[in-house]
Amino acid sequence: MQEFTYLLFQAVLGIAFVSTAAYIVYFVSQNKEIQKIARIIMVVSGLLQTLYILLRFALAGHTPITSQHEAVFFFAWATTWAYLSFRWRHTVKNFGTFVSLLIFCLVVISSFSEKNIDPLLPALQSVWLPIHGGVSLIAYGFLSLAFCGGLMYLLLERELKSKKFGYFFSRFPSLDSLDQLNNHCLTTGFIFLTIGIVTGSIWARQAWGTYWQWDPKETWSLITWFLYLVQIHQRFSVGWRGKRAAVMAVIGFAAVIFTLWGVTYLLGGVHSYAR
Amino acid sequence: MPGENIILLGVNHKNTPVEIREQIALSGGYDEPLAALKNIPGLREYYLLSTCNRVELLLVADPLSNVEENIIDFIFGDRISRDEAQRYLYLLYGQKAVHHLFMVAASLDSMVVGEAQILGQLKEAYRHAARLGCTGPLLNKLLHKSFSVAKRVRTETAIGSSAVSISYAAVQLAKKIFGNLKDKKVLLIGAGEMAELAAEHLVGQGVGEVIVANRTLARAIDLARRFRGKAVSIEELVSQLEYVDIIISSTGATDIILHKDEVKSVMRARMNSPLFFIDIAVPRDLDPRLLEIDNVYLYDIDDLSNVVEINKSERDKEAVKADRIVDEETLKFQRWYQGVAVTPTIQALKKKMDEIALGELDRTLSRMPQIAEVDRKTFARMAEAMVAKILHDPLMYLKSESCAGRDNSDLKVTIVRELFGLTKEEDGR
Repeated sequence: MQEFTYLLFQAVLGIAFVSTAAYIVYFVSQNKEIQKIARIIMVVSGLLQTLYILLRFALAGHTPITSQHEAVFFFAWATTWAYLSFRWRHTVKNFGTFVSLLIFCLVVISSFSEKNIDPLLPALQSVWLPIHGGVSLIAYGFLSLAFCGGLMYLLLERELKSKKFGYFFSRFPSLDSLDQLNNHCLTTGFIFLTIGIVTGSIWARQAWGTYWQWDPKETWSLITWFLYLVQIHQRFSVGWRGKRAAVMAVIGFAAVIFTLWGVTYLLGGVHSYAR
Repeated sequence: MPGENIILLGVNHKNTPVEIREQIALSGGYDEPLAALKNIPGLREYYLLSTCNRVELLLVADPLSNVEENIIDFIFGDRISRDEAQRYLYLLYGQKAVHHLFMVAASLDSMVVGEAQILGQLKEAYRHAARLGCTGPLLNKLLHKSFSVAKRVRTETAIGSSAVSISYAAVQLAKKIFGNLKDKKVLLIGAGEMAELAAEHLVGQGVGEVIVANRTLARAIDLARRFRGKAVSIEELVSQLEYVDIIISSTGATDIILHKDEVKSVMRARMNSPLFFIDIAVPRDLDPRLLEIDNVYLYDIDDLSNVVEINKSERDKEAVKADRIVDEETLKFQRWYQGVAVTPTIQALKKKMDEIALGELDRTLSRMPQIAEVDRKTFARMAEAMVAKILHDPLMYLKSESCAGRDNSDLKVTIVRELFGLTKEEDGR
């Protein structure tokens, strides 16, 4: 069975690569047929990722988000499905290229860390693990979409302002749709992030007897949460949109990444579960 | 007198940045500059074309008269030094000037190759020049020819059909910024033709509402009615910015009419939703620093050409065909022009010889009354034959095409005229 999960992971890695390659080919050629193929590959990739997580769940007996490998992989999975759910409702031209690249990077990063299935630490044996951890990582998935959208916005905005219409001009969607994407993904991500922090706090109360203990990860989650809160508040009150919103999405995502890795490797604390 | 020079000089969007062009653009109409040009010595015929992308003069000048320097001073005045002017200006002579004129008329030199406006502008400019008596036989012929070249290019190539106009470029940019144009509002500042065209395109793309601001309200109301929009006075400009999304400005104002601070002040009320400014006026209406404001996009007429560039390649094939037509017509005109220079000389030469022959014949015969009528005719035929034989070589020399090129035939005409003393009598042409 171990063998099979290993093979399955290799398959996910391979298909994530193929999906990215297909999207890049589409990006360059703008061939509609290739886009269809790329999208199908992306769905297959999402399904295989799901299968891999389910398999690990069956083998470990708990939600597989406790090691570095598992957390990052879950992050990739959340991004994939956040994209597919978003894609199902809105069409944003060539967004898939950027997202598939990010997903591929996440899968590759997850492949570097230890893939062993370890018994669960007693502290983590709780019904809150999947809720707190899962929801937080789903939040990261949406926030990473906002990051991709923000990045695209900044690239296109620069071309429009400098009036040098280069490679991206014809391939990118409108600024407005990127801004809407930003707004949508940021709001959704923020809601999940809030739930993640609240459930974490409740779990902390049960496990350690206190709601909040200023563990580095908690602190950084809060900082991230405030960054996004400011952006969302400013959008509705004074209209922080467009470039500023895009910059905030990029900064917010940097904070997310730091919370995910920086804290674990640099600051330690009770959350630094997996090294 | 033969050997006049056809000179074309001017500035256009390719050679000259808009900052320079807006200093020369003649916003006051044609009459004044055309009248002023009359004072330049050595200028026989001339016409002036001024559009937002180019200012061009086509001149027929006496040779050796150095009108060029006077004209450069006339165009640039003291605003730009002569050296700098040389850098932006193009100066074409003879065949090259004709070729350029045809290229312009056929819309091959336009920023948006194949757009139809330029021909109308050319006709308009010609009308003014002709009305004031600035054009003569040569320019009349040349300009009429340019109209027919334009027509030929239009009918024989597909260059006009896929013409992507400035307004199309504006629509493309608007879509890149706003995505859907459905609930967007357009404000036209100034009621120029170009703005009208752009607005028409935008309405065609589903823009929600058109608002027209103009100095004369009556014109604004007229235009607004066409788009079923509303008219506002130009004083309401800044307050209107709060509600509109796309602004097309094309007034004839000589100064900036909308400054950065004014726009910045409305951005807050707009909740920072994007504003898209298109400045198609030359000189420009809008402060170039508007671009520094977040979510504000400003394009002047040069910038739009970059967008147009993107769509260019498909038209290039047709452009090759059109170029060939222009080359062909230039050559035809050249041949005609050489013809008019040579033909009068031949006629004058023949006339002079005939006069001499007939005069001498009469004088001789009047002294010989005994000669019969039949013999008189024989003498007359002899005189005719002598004239024909004497003229044969000079005429062959004039008509010979061994060395193509106008300069050469100029020289030949001059030589023949001097040799036979034709110069004095022939000043009427």
